[in-house]
Amino acid sequence: MIRFLFKGLLRDRHRSLLPFIVTATGVMLTVVFHSWITGVIGNSIEFNARFAAGHVKIMTRAYSENSAQSPNDLAILGTDSLKKIISEQFPEMEFFERIYFAGLIDVPDQAGETRAQGPSMGIGIDMLSGNQEEIERLNIPSSLKSGSLPTKRREVLISNTFAKKLGLESGDTLTLVGSTMNGGLALYNLTLCGTIEFGTTALDRGTVIADINDVREALSMQDATGEILGFSRTGYYDNEEASLIANRFNKRYTSDRDEFSLIMKSLAEQNNMGFLVEYSGKLQGILVFVFIIAMSLILWNAGLLGGLRRYGEFGMRLAIGEEKSHVYKTMLLESLIIGFLGSLAGVTAGLSISLILQTYGIDLGSMMKNASIMMPQVFRAHITPQAWYIGFIPGVFSSLLGTMLSGIGIYKRQTAQLFKELEA
Amino acid sequence: MKKMMILFLIGFCTLQAQLPDGKKILDKIDQNLSSENRVFSSSMIIHGRRTTSTVRLKTWTAGQNKSFTEYLYPVREQGTKMLKLEEQLWIYSPSTDRIIQIAGHMLRQSVMGSDLSYEDLMEDNKLTDRYNAEVTGSEIVDGHNCWVIKLTAFVPEIAYQQQKLWVDQERNIPLREEMYAKSGTLLKKTELSDIQRINGRWYPKKIVFKDMLKEGMGTEFIIEDIEFNVQIDSYIFSKASLKK
Repeated sequence: MIRFLFKGLLRDRHRSLLPFIVTATGVMLTVVFHSWITGVIGNSIEFNARFAAGHVKIMTRAYSENSAQSPNDLAILGTDSLKKIISEQFPEMEFFERIYFAGLIDVPDQAGETRAQGPSMGIGIDMLSGNQEEIERLNIPSSLKSGSLPTKRREVLISNTFAKKLGLESGDTLTLVGSTMNGGLALYNLTLCGTIEFGTTALDRGTVIADINDVREALSMQDATGEILGFSRTGYYDNEEASLIANRFNKRYTSDRDEFSLIMKSLAEQNNMGFLVEYSGKLQGILVFVFIIAMSLILWNAGLLGGLRRYGEFGMRLAIGEEKSHVYKTMLLESLIIGFLGSLAGVTAGLSISLILQTYGIDLGSMMKNASIMMPQVFRAHITPQAWYIGFIPGVFSSLLGTMLSGIGIYKRQTAQLFKELEA
Repeated sequence: MKKMMILFLIGFCTLQAQLPDGKKILDKIDQNLSSENRVFSSSMIIHGRRTTSTVRLKTWTAGQNKSFTEYLYPVREQGTKMLKLEEQLWIYSPSTDRIIQIAGHMLRQSVMGSDLSYEDLMEDNKLTDRYNAEVTGSEIVDGHNCWVIKLTAFVPEIAYQQQKLWVDQERNIPLREEMYAKSGTLLKKTELSDIQRINGRWYPKKIVFKDMLKEGMGTEFIIEDIEFNVQIDSYIFSKASLKK
């Protein structure tokens, strides 16, 4: 029976081609749209996690109240022992110390006096211990524009735009002018070993990246750090898991009476990221739902049109004695075959396009030239397990539903009228 | 009713007539606090949110635009020197062997995490050169009768657009100051105490600064030793002296 119908569909292109194309196109667009939206929102969340928020972040309570200003005078003390303890207590997370700082970069002339100067935002990360995780996490090797990564103390990377502005080249000396943890004046000589370009305007304006031990020495922060970032060992941010860990940590370490007690915040609780995290799922759902409804209407319409176009054929089949229920069943089965094949083709095409978008992405940097928020310049799609069925199910059932509705007319037809219709 | 009004107006005018001229008070304050030049050693006790730290300094000031400061303590800062000429500030640190120029707006930044800005620390401008004064009343501060004076700046680009001073009526020295921004925001408060007679003038040996935009318990600025109108070698106000 199925083989018979399948042959019929192949031989009568008018019956199958248009519904197939419509179904495949609709499913493909649904898959691509879903993967793109998931990717764009996920990119933004993960980018912020890597560069600023972590999946969770530990600070002192006082620091967390003004964390946007990186107040290192309110930093965490005794970090060596603290890191060991929390690594044992929260084995599902990996913890990394970071010091964010603001300061001036001063470039000397031959006499050692100021030749150029500019404000900078610095990040101190582990670069020299041999553990490459932080370097990889910030995507530093692929962001390297010139020179090389630091290999010894007092070597520093600065953003390429900033280096050009200050007239700096690899090997040049520069001085960091900032505030020590105790509020004193910090002056610290560094050597430029390379320049970087993250492709994000906010980071490329004046970022300085140095080994955390150099930053500690410069800012008098021995055995101290501004923040400890925690990243899930799974590599992905899970808001529920992060919130649970933060609650466990805060019950143990946070005290309302001590402003220097520690507090852990999940990514969703930082930098207004809560909105993005909380609504990303809902937003995706709403956008995809609207899109699927629209596609379903088109596919339904295609099914209806198919049914109406074959009005004469059904009359003939009924006239020669085929039962109404049989005509209806074959019509549905045909629709199911077309829906299945169309959806299969749509999912294949949609996933292929999504894979290309996931691998290469789309560079929207030119649209964000003056953006001050931390957003990646290249946005990529993200193929999730949902993408495999999110278009497939409506693809199959929308055309089936359209056919079911249009086919009801078969039962309303009177045998006595059929010959009159055929004569006409 | 008319008689009442006339009496009220006469009383009000009499009260106004009793208030002294603000400019004359400012002149007397300047005679106490300003000098052609001065050399002083001081300690800053900075009460931060977490710790208390002490910085010891020696400062040479000539006129209103030249100032040179050397850090004597703590050890980490020892040998750090600052030179301010007009609106420019240079800092030398022995650890980097660099002379760094600090831009104009940075002069309003905190010195060593204290409640004092570089301007507060290194300037000795006469009040009469920058402010119009209006005496608004009198109050008692720490048992001393004080004039309450409202100062309004008549020069542009000034850190504190308005000030309110409580000036000791006997010694002509402010015992309390409030500094305001142009917007009316209270920026800083100071309490001046341990007023001593030095070389024929009244001078506060202790000033407690409180930056109102900053958390912390304030900064005690203690003058340990001060000399007025002494001979200062002009070489000291040159960049060459920073590295010396």
